[in-house]
Amino acid sequence: MSDPSANSQAEDLIAPTAGLSGGVRTASKHDSGPKHVAGEAVYIDDIIEPFGTLHLAPGAATIAHGKITKMDLSKVRSAPGVVCVLTADDVPGVNDVSPAHTHDEPVLPDGLVQFYGQPVFCVAAETRAQARAAAKLADIEYEELPAVLSVDEALEKQLFVAPPHVMKQGDAASALAKAKHRRSARMEIGGQDHFYLEGQITFAIPQEDGDVLLHCSTQHPSEVQHNIANVLGRPANAVTVEVRRMGGGFGGKETQASQWAALAAIVAVKTGRPAKFRLDRDDDMIMTGKRHDFIVDYDVGFDDDGRIWGLDIQYAANCGFSADLSAAIADRAMFHTDNAYYLGDVEIRSYRCKTNLVSNTAFRGFGGPQGMVAIERIIDEIAMTVGRDPLDVRIANYYGTDDRNTTPYHMVVEDNVLGDLTDDILNASDYRKRRTEVEAFNAQSPVLKKGLSLTPVKFGISFTTSFLNQAGALIHVYQDGSVHLNHGGTEMGQGLFIKVAQVVAEEFQIDLDQIKITATNTGKVPNTSATAASSGADMNGMAARDAAMTIKNRLITFAAEKYGVAEAAVRFVPGKVIIGDQAELSFADVIKQAYLARVSLSATGYYATPKIHYDRENASGRPFYYFAYGMACSEVLIDTLTGENKVTRVDIIHDVGQSLNPAIDRGQIEGGFIQGMGWLTTEELWWDDRGNLRTHAPSTYKIPACSDRPEDFRMELWSSGRNVEKTIHRSKAVGEPPLMLAISVHRAIADAIASVADHKVIPELNTPATPEAVLYAVADVAKRMMQNVGQSMPAAGE
Amino acid sequence: MTQHTDITMRPDIRFLLGDEERSLRNIDPQMTVLDYLRLEERKSGTKEGCAEGDCGACTVIIGEPNGDGGMAYRTVNACIQFVPTLDGKQLLTVEHLKSKDGSLHPVQQAMVETHGSQCGFCTPGFVMSLYQLWLDGGEEDRGAINDALAGNLCRCTGYGPIIEAARNAGGVAANDTTEQKRRTDLATRLSDMVKGAGTLAVEHAAGRYYAPRTSDELAALLVAHPHATVLAGGTDVGLWVTKMLKRLDPIIYIGDVSDLKSVSETETAVTIGAGVTYSRAHDALGRVAADVGELIRRIGSRQIRNAGTVGGNIANGSPIGDMPPALIALGAKIVLRMGDVTRDVPLEEFFVSYGKQDRMPGEFVQSVIVPKPASGMTFKAYKISKRFDQDITAVLGAFAIRIADGKVAEFRAAFGGMAGTPMRAKKCEAALIGQDWNEASLSAAQLALASDFAPMTDMRASKEYRMLVAQNLLTKLFIETSAPDIATRLVGKEAAHV
Repeated sequence: MSDPSANSQAEDLIAPTAGLSGGVRTASKHDSGPKHVAGEAVYIDDIIEPFGTLHLAPGAATIAHGKITKMDLSKVRSAPGVVCVLTADDVPGVNDVSPAHTHDEPVLPDGLVQFYGQPVFCVAAETRAQARAAAKLADIEYEELPAVLSVDEALEKQLFVAPPHVMKQGDAASALAKAKHRRSARMEIGGQDHFYLEGQITFAIPQEDGDVLLHCSTQHPSEVQHNIANVLGRPANAVTVEVRRMGGGFGGKETQASQWAALAAIVAVKTGRPAKFRLDRDDDMIMTGKRHDFIVDYDVGFDDDGRIWGLDIQYAANCGFSADLSAAIADRAMFHTDNAYYLGDVEIRSYRCKTNLVSNTAFRGFGGPQGMVAIERIIDEIAMTVGRDPLDVRIANYYGTDDRNTTPYHMVVEDNVLGDLTDDILNASDYRKRRTEVEAFNAQSPVLKKGLSLTPVKFGISFTTSFLNQAGALIHVYQDGSVHLNHGGTEMGQGLFIKVAQVVAEEFQIDLDQIKITATNTGKVPNTSATAASSGADMNGMAARDAAMTIKNRLITFAAEKYGVAEAAVRFVPGKVIIGDQAELSFADVIKQAYLARVSLSATGYYATPKIHYDRENASGRPFYYFAYGMACSEVLIDTLTGENKVTRVDIIHDVGQSLNPAIDRGQIEGGFIQGMGWLTTEELWWDDRGNLRTHAPSTYKIPACSDRPEDFRMELWSSGRNVEKTIHRSKAVGEPPLMLAISVHRAIADAIASVADHKVIPELNTPATPEAVLYAVADVAKRMMQNVGQSMPAAGE
Repeated sequence: MTQHTDITMRPDIRFLLGDEERSLRNIDPQMTVLDYLRLEERKSGTKEGCAEGDCGACTVIIGEPNGDGGMAYRTVNACIQFVPTLDGKQLLTVEHLKSKDGSLHPVQQAMVETHGSQCGFCTPGFVMSLYQLWLDGGEEDRGAINDALAGNLCRCTGYGPIIEAARNAGGVAANDTTEQKRRTDLATRLSDMVKGAGTLAVEHAAGRYYAPRTSDELAALLVAHPHATVLAGGTDVGLWVTKMLKRLDPIIYIGDVSDLKSVSETETAVTIGAGVTYSRAHDALGRVAADVGELIRRIGSRQIRNAGTVGGNIANGSPIGDMPPALIALGAKIVLRMGDVTRDVPLEEFFVSYGKQDRMPGEFVQSVIVPKPASGMTFKAYKISKRFDQDITAVLGAFAIRIADGKVAEFRAAFGGMAGTPMRAKKCEAALIGQDWNEASLSAAQLALASDFAPMTDMRASKEYRMLVAQNLLTKLFIETSAPDIATRLVGKEAAHV
């Protein structure tokens, strides 16, 4: 393997290469854009169905916890069009699709229901309508068991899906005891449904030998492959998974595709007919995991400047009935307890609570947002306690560059850009002036109140499970010079495919349109990691570059030898290869000559992220290759009579290092921000007292709509952005970090609420800040202010 | 009495798919337009995101003669429209936009240029909503763009590039004579397709569907089939099929009943036919009171208002329909008809209890008569929901109040979301009428409100919030009527400009 990061040809490119169409740093359009707008981009449900395709539908449990005492499926089996009905007994191999091999996620449960809506059987019929109708006809009886529906109850009963975990630096207890000020409180953080527009879907096509080809909407084709092989009781090489594109993923298709893929695969192998499983939206929202809701209890000690001296913080994550990725997600919340701040003596405890609810899963930020929204609330509370502007308290607590620079997991922050970034956002947002304007507005507006907040983001980049930080690619160059590009990353809209293609275009110095971007396929690049943790472009870009360099180096050797020049004299320039003073050939001509000279024009590429190591037992090491930074300043307006709220202006400066594609990066930043804003404002998950999710469709679950995008939205890629690490063209990961810029919205709403009591009473605002939550917080703040006034009034007769 | 055997029946559904004529027989009348496109026509550009009309991924355009020699186009959600409702119309999908030479339409090109698609799954729906804006002449105003796109959800982009695409795409020029001629010819073609061909009657093994052309036909059909499902916009009924998997038999569609489609306005009232969509009623009802217009702006989405009717929103008896509380506060009446007999019912009496209305089998809502507030009367309405646009109401308060000499001379308060039906708050009204309009009487009215209602807790709001916010809406009314300089609104035309 060549070392792609050692190559220098384009290492420090600042601007796009002149004469090259679609190299790195250019705002190339999404490769599928023209197909998207014409309805020609093929999603899995659009693939032409072969004759005889069957359609699946799930049969759901109607209790949250209990034993199935009777399951009579005779009416289901005899319903029109039904071809087969699956129960746990029909799983030929291992009845488990748990991603971390915890053996706690059955394809179909063998007698034990663990959440309301859990699929307990599955129907395959000639049409989807027939399958859905038949699934309603089951006669199931249960012996109900007590259902644990809250995190507090799980904590009390010590019900966990994974062992508790602790992270420590120094001695939090004694630091707290010595601190001048101290505050303890609880924060409740809501979950979030992914609401990818394309729901879960797999289309299974039987192959010879009992093998199966799966078109699956998944961020993790290799895991689906391995899980389905286990379920079928076959080796991994019997299953091929292909993903051209997803209609959105956001983490919701990292592990959640396996169950539906498994059922479709079983039907396909069993019947010899193609089988498609496309979940209805309501079933999708009821039956698949979401962002974890958390309860955070904290005790923080600080001085008169608001500087933190000690923090004791405890997270309880609602994991649902199984482990899924909850351990790693809860870890990442711990890793982001600090956000941008040096916490001094700190103890972080984390409990991974088991409840009788759907098993929660990855969602953009992967626990990080929960940790960060908690510390940002803590900082605001400190600021109110000491009577300083929250931004000044933030700055006072920022990581230092030479000291105060170790994280609670003992990693030194080497790439701190918080100070410079803050200077730039202060300037862009005019924060200081607007702070006084907001106060002036609030003084004369009794009903509507403004709030303002500026919050930083520092997000660790790398899978914290170190072995996942590897990627592969495969490149073929055909005789006409056209290029076939494949890698292990999946396209879910984030623009990964175009970014990697730009890297390859830059490496070969050929125009982007000479590169064919192809579907992710486990038969081409094996043993891949999920496209997750913002790592897609970092890792697959490097792997593809490695493959391209392998081919390029063969071409250089060939050309140098053939034309009798030094290898160093062979140069790739836009559209051409200059071979010393001997020849100047088009890329295609070089390829043609190399083919005739029997040079291999196909290569794999590989990348493993350097420098990272982590000792989880001692919660110590360097889990992250680097950090991505950003800052946002949000202004909101709330209605103190109704709790309704609206974001009126946002300023963002985000550090993407040196961008591979500024247009794609901007799309990630604003899209992530709005998604984070939804999580913190309108998106509320609501279960009834039987554990039945009642917000299971867009009619009841409200993601941001067009008018929710702030009227005044200003966004810049940070012009000083550089990556000190040798990442792909010194860019930084951008998938997840911008979501957490939206924490500024939540904090601005809290600021507006606090204005009701002249910032003398701390609003204990949880998430999401729905109109109801905001109105209660307003009422609570007003009530406590009256109590304070009452207490400070001299008693009669004194 | 007219029997429906007197009506000339036609079994085939005739429409244009783009420019191609279709004549469908033997089709399940409750097949959705989306399933028809994807499963029968194998045109997969139109996507299913939710199958309940809330995400807009399935947005298509329906064109029909506008009665004035031209064409009226409107976006609808294909996932909850039944195929027979296409009869006599043109259906346009994302596949129809590219030119014959394969080049993208200006709205498609604008979306590509602004990086308006990421995952691309919602994109065909957005493109159709943008195409509608283009057909209507283009739009640059952010508020108007928001309203046009409120029914299209995007989870990737944060909407910025799509708004920019809407602004950049331009639109048909008002003086484009080629386009005008195209529309005139198309309108003639569509009219000729069904002219004199009788009334559509689909009698399929799976169920029957009738689309009467006149009120008399409708009355006769309903007498013959008193338990038929009356279908108007399908924005509620569609979900009975896609989500509850109900079989409806027969369906009687009122969307083609020409004499139920009129909006008439006098100095004192607006009368809305039962087949009039929210979009068509919007202007006239907005003239009744600005807040009625604002309420309609926030009902569902453009696609929903293009299909859903005021009459349907009343007849389905939802406790959280947005229009009934406003209409009750205004003192609206509805006209019901059975056979040849019509009767008027004050709207507030129509809602008997949860799920039960004063409508007999075989009877149908013919029209709604909305009186304009008398001189000196102020009307205010407030819709509270988690999201401003395209959300179902948690609490809706509607108030008609007349202050004379500092006293409350008249007061009607009606609420949605506070009880099993839209309902007046009579104790609250009584507490104010005749009193000085001040903070003391406001407090008394708020207290009385607590004995008017015992709201429920559900996924939209808790009972405590519902009561608290309902009481606070009285405060808002008080402020807006007594201190109009104070900013009280976050959205709408009266929104605070800060």
